[in-house]
Amino acid sequence: MSQNGTNGRKSPMDTLKKIGEKTQGSQAWVSIFRPGSIFRKGYADNPRNRSYVVMNSVLYHLHPVKVKRHGVKVSYTLCLGGLSFFLFILLTVTGIFLMFFYRPTAAAAWDDISSLQTSVTFGLLVRNMHRWAAHLMVLTVFLHMARVFYHGAYKPPREFNWVIGVVLLTLTLLLSFTGYLLPWDQLALWAVTVGTNMMGFTPVFGEQVRFVLLGGVDIGTDTLLRWYVLHVLLLPFVIVIFMAIHFWRVRKDGGISGPL
Amino acid sequence: MVDIPEHLLKRAAEARARAMGQAEESSGDSGEQETSQAVDADTSEVATSAETGKVSSALLERSAPATQTAESPTGPGGHTQRLLTVVKAGSIQDVKALPADKVHTWPHLLLGEFVAILLVTGFVLIFSIFVNAPLLELANFNETPNPSKAPWYFLGLQELLTMFHPMVAGVTIPGVGIFLLILAPYIDKNPEKAPERRKFAVSLMTVHLMFWAILVIIGSFFRGPGFNFIFPWESGLFFDF
Repeated sequence: MSQNGTNGRKSPMDTLKKIGEKTQGSQAWVSIFRPGSIFRKGYADNPRNRSYVVMNSVLYHLHPVKVKRHGVKVSYTLCLGGLSFFLFILLTVTGIFLMFFYRPTAAAAWDDISSLQTSVTFGLLVRNMHRWAAHLMVLTVFLHMARVFYHGAYKPPREFNWVIGVVLLTLTLLLSFTGYLLPWDQLALWAVTVGTNMMGFTPVFGEQVRFVLLGGVDIGTDTLLRWYVLHVLLLPFVIVIFMAIHFWRVRKDGGISGPL
Repeated sequence: MVDIPEHLLKRAAEARARAMGQAEESSGDSGEQETSQAVDADTSEVATSAETGKVSSALLERSAPATQTAESPTGPGGHTQRLLTVVKAGSIQDVKALPADKVHTWPHLLLGEFVAILLVTGFVLIFSIFVNAPLLELANFNETPNPSKAPWYFLGLQELLTMFHPMVAGVTIPGVGIFLLILAPYIDKNPEKAPERRKFAVSLMTVHLMFWAILVIIGSFFRGPGFNFIFPWESGLFFDF
């Protein structure tokens, strides 16, 4: 290939190949990608390397080296659990972006969102993605629960993981609901008014529950701050812990359920 | 009584015959005499056939039992080993986890996950390009929109609010619902997993899910000003995501 020129000059493709090989051989590259990584030089597709891809990477925290054959079929899980987790990551990324442009006070919140949409590059797009991914996540978590139920996957030895799953569903709803208030528009204010009025009817200590949630007797700037902290810090923190237990238990309880 | 496999019996008899032949002069054993006599007949056949067979003499020599010397420790009848018992497979080690049909996570699972992630990211991205998230006017405490609606996933509860006391609709029913959901694996004692063998549980869950789905749909699309029942194709939509 390199001999196609009469003066023996190397073709750009050859140079590129050489640079690639040199990079892959460098100490930095080798230190980043552990043995068996598909990015290492001369990765060969054999059973040993297939095991190493998982075993020698951070993926080992999530997946075992081998999984049941039936569990890989899309028709069994519909990817619902995994996609819920992925949507959570997507929401974290887009949410962090939004945090750069948002102040949780009654005086500033709506203006911040408004100017985010009009004068921040990709501001509108990222806010849209955050909103739609959030609604989608509620849907996927809900459908995941239905899928697990219809497969009888909550039966022993997976009872406790089902309980954690119900907790995760509740936390997802709470995350979505606390985020609903943050734009501080008419939709947010009155949706949350309806929601928190219902919670006020909790027997015995309903008034106290409502007071703690609102940071006062009425929705106001204190509520906004409170729900902001719940939405961006407390609830994500809690849900990550429960997700960690959930994923760990999936493996400890013998991997994915079934086959039926 | 355990059935001792044929070939083991044969091997034991053979070994015993060889030992007997060498320990002829030593004082015979007492207990096992008759049993060894019984198998003697066919043992001798085996021995002779082995000698006259096509096995090379060098190999035969190597496989021949070490010659017995007087001082070597042997059991009664010159036995160097004997068959105590035959342990059947599964009688000691009970294998509970049967080998499952498994595939490597890479590439079988990871590629699938990667594709699913790409598809969902693409969907969210493209949907977000074309459909904007709602941002109504600034929150105003003096102007209550009519109707005021909760987020869509709570509209089932708001729908119940039209039928029951707020404490029942907003706290008791969802509370009991979540509690029952948590208890499901402890209530449902049927070990079957296939849907066709747990028709009651499957029907109950389907009715339950449909109940909420219908309430949410009614609350979202069929409720207009004053939260009165409307038809969206007549009075328009009163719904925002």
